[in-house]
Amino acid sequence: MNGHTDILAIETSCDETAAAVVRDGTHVLSNSIYTQIGMHTVYGGVVPELASRKHIEKIDYVIKAALEEAGMSLEETDAVAVTYGPGLVGALLVGAAEAKAIAWAAGKPLIGVNHIEGHICANYIEHPELKPPYLGLVVSGGHTHLIIVRDYAEFEILGRTVDDAAGEAFDKVARAIGLGYPGGPKIDAAAKKGNASAITFPKAKVNHSEYDFSFSGLKSAVLNYLNHAAMMHEEICREDVAASFQRAVVEVLTEHTIRAAKEYGMSRIALAGGVSANSALRDAMRGAAVKEGFELFVPSPLYCTDNAAMIGAAAYHEYLRGTRSGWDLNAVPGLRLGER
Amino acid sequence: MKMIALDSSGLVASVAILEDDILRAEYTVDYKKTHSQTLLPMLDEIAKMILFDPKDADAVAVAAGPGSFTGLRIGSATAKGLCFALNKPLVEVPTLAALAYNLFGAEGLICPIMDARREQVYNGLYHFENGALVTDEDQRAIAVLDLAEELNAKRPDSVILLGDGVAVYKEQLDSLLKVPHLYAPANCSRQRAASVAAYGKVLFEQGKAVRGEEHAPVYLRKSQAEREREARERAAGSLRGES
Repeated sequence: MNGHTDILAIETSCDETAAAVVRDGTHVLSNSIYTQIGMHTVYGGVVPELASRKHIEKIDYVIKAALEEAGMSLEETDAVAVTYGPGLVGALLVGAAEAKAIAWAAGKPLIGVNHIEGHICANYIEHPELKPPYLGLVVSGGHTHLIIVRDYAEFEILGRTVDDAAGEAFDKVARAIGLGYPGGPKIDAAAKKGNASAITFPKAKVNHSEYDFSFSGLKSAVLNYLNHAAMMHEEICREDVAASFQRAVVEVLTEHTIRAAKEYGMSRIALAGGVSANSALRDAMRGAAVKEGFELFVPSPLYCTDNAAMIGAAAYHEYLRGTRSGWDLNAVPGLRLGER
Repeated sequence: MKMIALDSSGLVASVAILEDDILRAEYTVDYKKTHSQTLLPMLDEIAKMILFDPKDADAVAVAAGPGSFTGLRIGSATAKGLCFALNKPLVEVPTLAALAYNLFGAEGLICPIMDARREQVYNGLYHFENGALVTDEDQRAIAVLDLAEELNAKRPDSVILLGDGVAVYKEQLDSLLKVPHLYAPANCSRQRAASVAAYGKVLFEQGKAVRGEEHAPVYLRKSQAEREREARERAAGSLRGES
């Protein structure tokens, strides 16, 4: 309402209660996050019922903080956006019900946003010059997708995981070697002190499927290695296991991505999702991109993990396309990339 | 005084708009469709029908628990969102007190029961005295057997039972109860936002409204993960105690 499009965005799909105000899809006026990680750590992972309970306790405070930080009243915003899937259904429902009621009472348009598309759009926050088409790699606790972003809301899926998501493998291996939850940052830190060539784990490839991934076999290989060592009463070096596992994951992600970029003639590659905060993946991708002459885009770690600014960025493009959600907007826990 | 009221604590989705002592509109649906798809469209529809501008609301009342965890949160998040946008207070109405208010002025003991699974019901005991709702037993989760025993011990002249627990436990209650008891008819046997509104107005006038951000539903039960964790810790504690 000031020549700009200012969107209030809300995200509660997993264990972060988040709200943001984003201007014109790129300028983050505020980015407020309440993280529940501490509460879930004692359970070794996210407990859906507890996540939902915490969301409803915190959501108003987080939204209020986002508006205050942006120096803006609700009336001054142009639309309310909310993640409606994929994610934990009970958690999604809190954000969706809250956002719908706010939009209805304030007389603002409502825009339901796909969480995975939000991750991809996180790239536009720091790199407004990035425009489709480009190759995207989305890697998080729930998703592993190699895609071509044809247009802002048009995606062609080249490959995906056939079993565990990349981030899930990090969590499971971290638990197995006693690093705890959340696995991603813990393995990243431990791997820095380990030897990535110490143990040879299989790569997470799928036979006869060029761009798909499989992390379950790699995870089993790590567990077998640990069981074998335990049986032989051998000490294991957690740092070496972490580093060797991480290398196997990073190599397959990087190889697939570079090969796809070449095959499909893409000059730009963008990473997205929580696992793209992993330092080894960022380094390997940067190295490969420089070597092969690709332009690489990676969001700051803050925009890789779940946040509402990315939802605001995605909502902006939906807003321009005329997407408006109804008051019957429901949570869709299994919402797929590109699905409306 | 204008009030929006919501109840999505159980199988019923219900919305109402109250103006002073007049129920301007109420929309109640007891069907399997999910509350997140029905509740706000229903409110939108009645608001349009009576040309109600949400900005004219003085407060929002919500059935604040107990009930289905997810259902409660849909109602609570909706109420919180309304209060946030309108900058108006929220009235937390105990679900079972609102159910009892369906039977305003009735003689005898009022005993709403909601199916809480695991052989339990959510229940409170109430009666009316000079036009006021009096709570005899605060809302709780209680085994059906224990509730029947408690009612028999109280020996009231009559008990009226209502709520979605009736459909599940009627036979069992008929055989267990040794006191005269009745079951409420369909017009007042389940959650109604009109009752949330009417009792919410009483609470509002007693100064019991809260700020929306402070509100979270009352579950009366811990999550399964918490219960299991506590059981493990108790087991570990008793093992340590023995050694």
